[in-house]
Amino acid sequence: MSDHFDIAIVGAGPAGGNAALTAAQSGLRVVLLDEQPAAGGQVWRGKSPSILSAPMTPETKAGNDLRHAIDQSQINHMSGTRVWDIRRDGDKWSLQILCDAQSLQITATSVILATGAREYVQPVTGWTTPGVIGLAGATALFKQSLSLPGDKTVVSGTGPLVFFVASEIRRLGGTVAAIVTPNTRADWARALPSMLQHPKLLARGGVWMADLMLAGVPILWGHAVSKVCGDDHVTSVQTQALESDKQGPIFEADSLCLGHGLIPQIEAAQMLGVPIHHDPALGGWVPDVSPDGVTPVKNLYLCGDGCGIRGALAAGLQGTLTGARVARDLGKTAPAPSIRAWQRAAGFGKAMTGLSIVKPKLEALTSDDTILCRCESLKRSDIRAEITTGAKSTNAVKSGRRAGMGPCGGKYCQTVIAALIAKETGKPIGAIPPSTPRPPLRPVPLGQAAGDFHYDDLPIPKPAPL
Amino acid sequence: MTDQTHYDIAIIGGGIMGCSTALRLASGGMSAIVLDQGDLGQGASGVNAGTLSLQIKRVKLMPYALKGHHLWEEMGDAVGFAKTGGYTLAFNAREAEMLHERQTMKAKAGAPIEFVSNNRLRAAEPNLTQKVQAASFCPEDGYANSSLTGQYYRGRLQDAGIPYREGCKVTAIDQGAAFTLHTAQGKITATRILLAAGAWLKPLAALLDVDLPVNARVNTVSVTERMPPLMSSVIGHATGLLTMKQKANGTVLVGGGWQGLGTPQDGRGTVNTATVKPNLALAQYAVPALAKARVTRSWTGFEANVPDFYPLAGALPNVPNAFVLGCVRGGYTIGPYIGQLMGDSILGREPEMPLFDPGRDFEKDTI
Ligand SMILES: Cc1cc2nc3c(=O)[nH]c(=O)nc-3n(C[C@H](O)[C@@H](O)[C@H](O)COP(=O)(O)OP(=O)(O)OC[C@H]3O[C@@H](n4cnc5c(N)ncnc54)[C@H](O)[C@@H]3O)c2cc1C
Ligand SMILES: Cc1cc2nc3c(=O)[nH]c(=O)nc-3n(C[C@H](O)[C@H](O)[C@H](O)COP(=O)(O)OP(=O)(O)OC[C@H]3O[C@@H](n4cnc5c(N)ncnc54)[C@H](O)[C@@H]3O)c2cc1C
Repeated sequence: MSDHFDIAIVGAGPAGGNAALTAAQSGLRVVLLDEQPAAGGQVWRGKSPSILSAPMTPETKAGNDLRHAIDQSQINHMSGTRVWDIRRDGDKWSLQILCDAQSLQITATSVILATGAREYVQPVTGWTTPGVIGLAGATALFKQSLSLPGDKTVVSGTGPLVFFVASEIRRLGGTVAAIVTPNTRADWARALPSMLQHPKLLARGGVWMADLMLAGVPILWGHAVSKVCGDDHVTSVQTQALESDKQGPIFEADSLCLGHGLIPQIEAAQMLGVPIHHDPALGGWVPDVSPDGVTPVKNLYLCGDGCGIRGALAAGLQGTLTGARVARDLGKTAPAPSIRAWQRAAGFGKAMTGLSIVKPKLEALTSDDTILCRCESLKRSDIRAEITTGAKSTNAVKSGRRAGMGPCGGKYCQTVIAALIAKETGKPIGAIPPSTPRPPLRPVPLGQAAGDFHYDDLPIPKPAPL
Repeated sequence: MTDQTHYDIAIIGGGIMGCSTALRLASGGMSAIVLDQGDLGQGASGVNAGTLSLQIKRVKLMPYALKGHHLWEEMGDAVGFAKTGGYTLAFNAREAEMLHERQTMKAKAGAPIEFVSNNRLRAAEPNLTQKVQAASFCPEDGYANSSLTGQYYRGRLQDAGIPYREGCKVTAIDQGAAFTLHTAQGKITATRILLAAGAWLKPLAALLDVDLPVNARVNTVSVTERMPPLMSSVIGHATGLLTMKQKANGTVLVGGGWQGLGTPQDGRGTVNTATVKPNLALAQYAVPALAKARVTRSWTGFEANVPDFYPLAGALPNVPNAFVLGCVRGGYTIGPYIGQLMGDSILGREPEMPLFDPGRDFEKDTI
């Protein structure tokens, strides 16, 4: 196998998967890289073999269709493969990848980043207690292994995902203690016009709601979790009404799914020099990119939730647009699909993302005692002290307090820290960019990054002058 | 702090050179302001490997480095200082010879360096490879945490009542009775100026029509996740191409001056995997157990130099009342001390040790 490809695609979710299919149809050599064991990304995540007989959901079906199409194609799909660095090397890109605990390098003429999103959790006291998991993270549990977060679960967060997660927990035989969502019915009414464009998705939402109501699961609109109680495990969850600040009910539970929307994973794009801007309606900082994936960086393309949270449907359509665009840019004949369908889907996705824009009252539930940086156990008071003594950027806070220097690389604290800097300095959030991302994109064992070597062959340069 | 716009001196560059000089000048009674295009201590001074090692200092800079070590010791916990001692290793006969030659000269220059037996080395550092051929030791060596540079100097400047401005790039300089600096935040006038812009000295001096032959090296550093204790002292390599230490929190920092990509004009620079790999290989060769440690970050910073690799420290040629400080090899170690010398010189006092004339002929003159 030659290790040069026309196109290397990072991420085999709806976006990357469809980009790969479209590009491969035009006869290009495509490699599709994803650290997951199967294609499908977050939303169409494959099941682990032990549960293959479990009932089919629309996500499994869409994922199976994608996986089947990839299997039938000429695409070189490398699953279980982690991309840890990408850089320009003359007229091509070189990618460092980890596959079966082996470090390899491949090269490609063009790169498509389809790295998707990660979850945002607005920290509250106790959110790091064992038994608390992400709301989106919970969907991975269901899809991959059909396991439940606990026996009795509070499900809390924004957007449609709370209802999906609650109904999945019930379907899998768990008990939902309550649904707690910062969104109000009025928030949903505002999103309705864009939802009407997608009757199928709307209907699915209707089914979840009907199930939850029939089961008598309490739904607290306009509420949030204000505190998670329990020493070494969740024992109960306190709630609060956001508008009135009134304390809400306390629910006994052994688990909590908590999430407040998604954030685009932009680190790879940033590292390769794509400019970014802040757009709350798209989940925060997003790279500059056209609907068909073109960026200001030559031969670098982006698609899917990694360039703005627009949802799975839009991600797939943008993947197709981008795959066709790259093929044409590489001199192949490929269809030039209309962007209308993507725009429609994106409108819906943005309306859903809008439901997760953090409300000031929700932000106010993060107190000085709340841990903001899990890796370094830093409380909001620690970060605030750093800001009030003069650190005015995310990089400065990172340097002074190590917030963002732990294994997560800042993925889980940078958003809330930037918001705090903005608040303390009176600047708009769009003036506080995330800290400089650094390779590796994922932590890599040193021995694997170094690769096999013979000491005598190490290219040791001339030592410094005496 | 008043809303003053005229200063005795404006210091352009808030790295270790600019900040340490500002402190000296203020203690000598001058009104000073520090201007940085970014944040204080986010240039080389905030991203370097933090090694305080006499074993990797240039022979002629040894007296300055020795003084620097004492200042770091005084700064102590606030900068994450640790005096651990350091071993420099040779893995083959050629390196052993180089080690012997180089460390002997450094010892003669005043560094308390000795050669140590394998037994002693193993007793001190049991996780080192068995392949060491020769080793030297210096009890003065250690490290500080360069990430804390910005935090530390911000506090020191505030305590000394020295104003500083971040996000304040100097884009033009008018000369007259006083200097007028055009910045991203308006105009500032000063009787004197100090150029302390690190790897950006060349474009800065060009604003005054002075051509400083400054080049930038793009040094790389990597860090691992927290590990159980693997080493207790600073570990170096005979060639200088590895410096390594395990911090109190368990993370291991690996440097050695391997070159990344980019230029100071284009942003922060990028890591070149082709050079990070041999850097990490060297680290793993020295301490094999590092193979399992996950690397969480690699980054680069710009280190400035002139063709003879000695500092620029003194009056800027042909521009009265303008001074320059930078291009100091091992500048993190030496910065706090040479800043004091620079300050004294600007204050009209005789510095304790000689400075380095920025107007010298870099090809011919000997330091
Ligand atoms: C945890 C989670 C669960 C979600 N669950 C749902 C859901 O149930 N329903 C729903 O409608 N939406 C869900 N979403 C939203 C989701 O992001 C979709 O909108 C959709 O999956 C976006 O498609 P995508 O192709 O852009 O990205 P993704 O589907 O996220 O695909 C990105 C892929 O890139 C891979 N990747 C990223 N970086 C690297 C790297 N460096 N090396 C190798 N591989 C890499 C990831 O493994 C991933 O498979 C979820 C999001 C998250 C974060
Ligand atoms: C990766 C790396 C590792 C190193 N390791 C070590 C080590 O282990 N031990 C050691 O002793 N030394 C080490 N060094 C060297 C040491 O870091 C430097 O010598 C020292 O920090 C230089 O300080 P400085 O103040 O001159 O430069 P800098 O810290 O770069 O400061 C210059 C400042 O000037 C500002 N500036 C530039 N232009 C303008 C303008 N026009 N207007 C306003 N502001 C401007 C910049 O923003 C910057 O903050 C290392 C260097 C690097 C890069």
